[in-house]
Amino acid sequence: MSRPPRWTGDSVTGSPRPVLSIRNAHVTFSSRRRNSAAVRAVDGVSLDVLPGEVVALVGESGCGKTTLIRSVVGLEPLSAGSIECDGNNVTGARASLRKVRRSAQMIFQDPSGALNPRHTVYETVAEGIRIHKMRGVEPELVADALSRAGLRPPAQFMPRYSHELSGGQRQRVLIAGAIALNPRVLLADEPVASLDASIRGEILALMRSLVDNEGISIVAVTHDLGLAWNIADRIAVMYLGRIVEVGNAEQVLSHPQHPYTKALLSVVPETARVEQQILVGETPDPSKIPAGCRFHPRCPVVASGEAERLGILRRCTGVDVELVLRGSNHSAACHALP
Amino acid sequence: MNVLELIDLSVTYRTERGEVPAVRGVNLTIAPGETVGLAGESGCGKSTIASAVLRLLPASTVVTGDVLLNGENVYSMSPGRLRAVRWNDAAIVFQGALHSLNPVQRVGAQISEAIELHTTLNQAEARRRVIDLLERVGLPSERARSYPHQLSGGQRQRVLIALALACEPTLLIADEPTTALDVMVQAQVLELLAELQRDRGLALLFITHDLSVITSTCERLAVMYAGRIVEDGPSHDVFGNPAHPYARALTQAFPTIGDHDSRMNPGGLAGDPPNPADLPTGCPFHPRCDVAIDECVTTDVGLRQVFLGRSAACVHVASTEVDR
Repeated sequence: MSRPPRWTGDSVTGSPRPVLSIRNAHVTFSSRRRNSAAVRAVDGVSLDVLPGEVVALVGESGCGKTTLIRSVVGLEPLSAGSIECDGNNVTGARASLRKVRRSAQMIFQDPSGALNPRHTVYETVAEGIRIHKMRGVEPELVADALSRAGLRPPAQFMPRYSHELSGGQRQRVLIAGAIALNPRVLLADEPVASLDASIRGEILALMRSLVDNEGISIVAVTHDLGLAWNIADRIAVMYLGRIVEVGNAEQVLSHPQHPYTKALLSVVPETARVEQQILVGETPDPSKIPAGCRFHPRCPVVASGEAERLGILRRCTGVDVELVLRGSNHSAACHALP
Repeated sequence: MNVLELIDLSVTYRTERGEVPAVRGVNLTIAPGETVGLAGESGCGKSTIASAVLRLLPASTVVTGDVLLNGENVYSMSPGRLRAVRWNDAAIVFQGALHSLNPVQRVGAQISEAIELHTTLNQAEARRRVIDLLERVGLPSERARSYPHQLSGGQRQRVLIALALACEPTLLIADEPTTALDVMVQAQVLELLAELQRDRGLALLFITHDLSVITSTCERLAVMYAGRIVEDGPSHDVFGNPAHPYARALTQAFPTIGDHDSRMNPGGLAGDPPNPADLPTGCPFHPRCDVAIDECVTTDVGLRQVFLGRSAACVHVASTEVDR
């Protein structure tokens, strides 16, 4: 397998063609009850994923991160915008969606729930190969996928059922099923949240090796900023259906610009810590997105009176804010930034 | 007097496939107002300990050793005394806030039920107490009239904490109280627990697989592996400078953001946790241990003192057995 050049993340011009391109995507769920507002789960997201990079999509539950990756494979219909994966349009003809569903593979969270308890490992991995009529000898394709996912020797795992596997092995089976189709992108929803601490590292190392050795791209949805630090090239922070900060993972995590990112980082439990900024209130409701900057009701810059001192309070509460480039490969959407 | 004292506690489940030793000789004490974290992977026996403290295990389970709650042996209590001790002396916040509440009863009624059954307060007084408790955990009093499904995950977790505090226990056992929660809500719940502990002198036994959560909440940390405590000491010391190779692997599993050693280099531990029904010989950690020597295959060393207040069960720790 040829290895595409690693994207270094600092060239805006001349960067390779993205393997996944999300343009102004909106996913809106209308409410069944009359007079109640529609839920704007994804509210205008644009994101390019380049070949051979890991993008971590982080945010609280309800921020739309899972909905966004589900819409990539057509599991949630787009109400506006477009998504293109490996040259095929998700909203296009059936044949084009089918191609997307081969080149972009979902890895769902909770491997115990995602595996059919009555299927052997072989059947689980072979299912996708049959559906997509992959060229080659089926047992060889299955064996290859299992061994690329670190289940070696593959013959030993093929006849087993999911209850005979450990948590880490189950997650590897799911990954094997996905990479059996030689996808360009893996969409992983909380890939290690349900795993034990010691196994977490192994699975993350496997994901990183797929990127480095096979040139696969990964979009990892997570609320775990440590995961982003461990394996991500880039990080996109979502809040109420929008990306509020995006850029080189190291830069965003070491020098966060958006007050929401700063707050998220401050509550990561660690021994050496900065002063915590615990945002009050529950995760906000995507059926009632506030006017102006959608973060302003929980924003520490507004609450501390700093926004008023800076003379931007009326913009914070009244004017929606777009992502603005803050440096090479680092953007944030905040009125308070100079 | 210690709030909780576990003396050589062993718990063996009897299953169709034979006996499963889940906890194998654990010694642990918690002083009044002390916060102790118990960490380990699934199957290491940490949740079994939570249930063993209040005798909540199935009747067929074999429990040996002693559990002293405020000096009184839980396993020799009469049924009436045991009933009085549950909630009043020690209460548990179970994991999975979603499943622990009755879905068809208002949360206020669920809290006041516990108060009415376990204290001498009458219904009206119990209701006032409910309002009080909800406010203390940061929920508006109207929430008493909500059903569990009308609350978010963080709110439900707060209700469970209010429920556990209903009868003013001296010991609160929290079993993975924040595992299902978002980072921000987790921070809110941890802050609440710290506040309650500070203001009311509550002793806290915090059970989780997430070492980083324990270090930010607990003064002391005990790491469990295969039914035993393998390292015990002040949490910042253990986290910052673990003596047992298993504790070291666990701390590396949680990267410190900004630490360049872990950037693009996720730490962890190869292999899977052992099956409690079929433990390896000698030190049960030896098959996964990168510093194991021949002796580890045959001999399981007990906890040894690293220095005062700090012990680890590893052959590489200088051999002064801990005096119990």
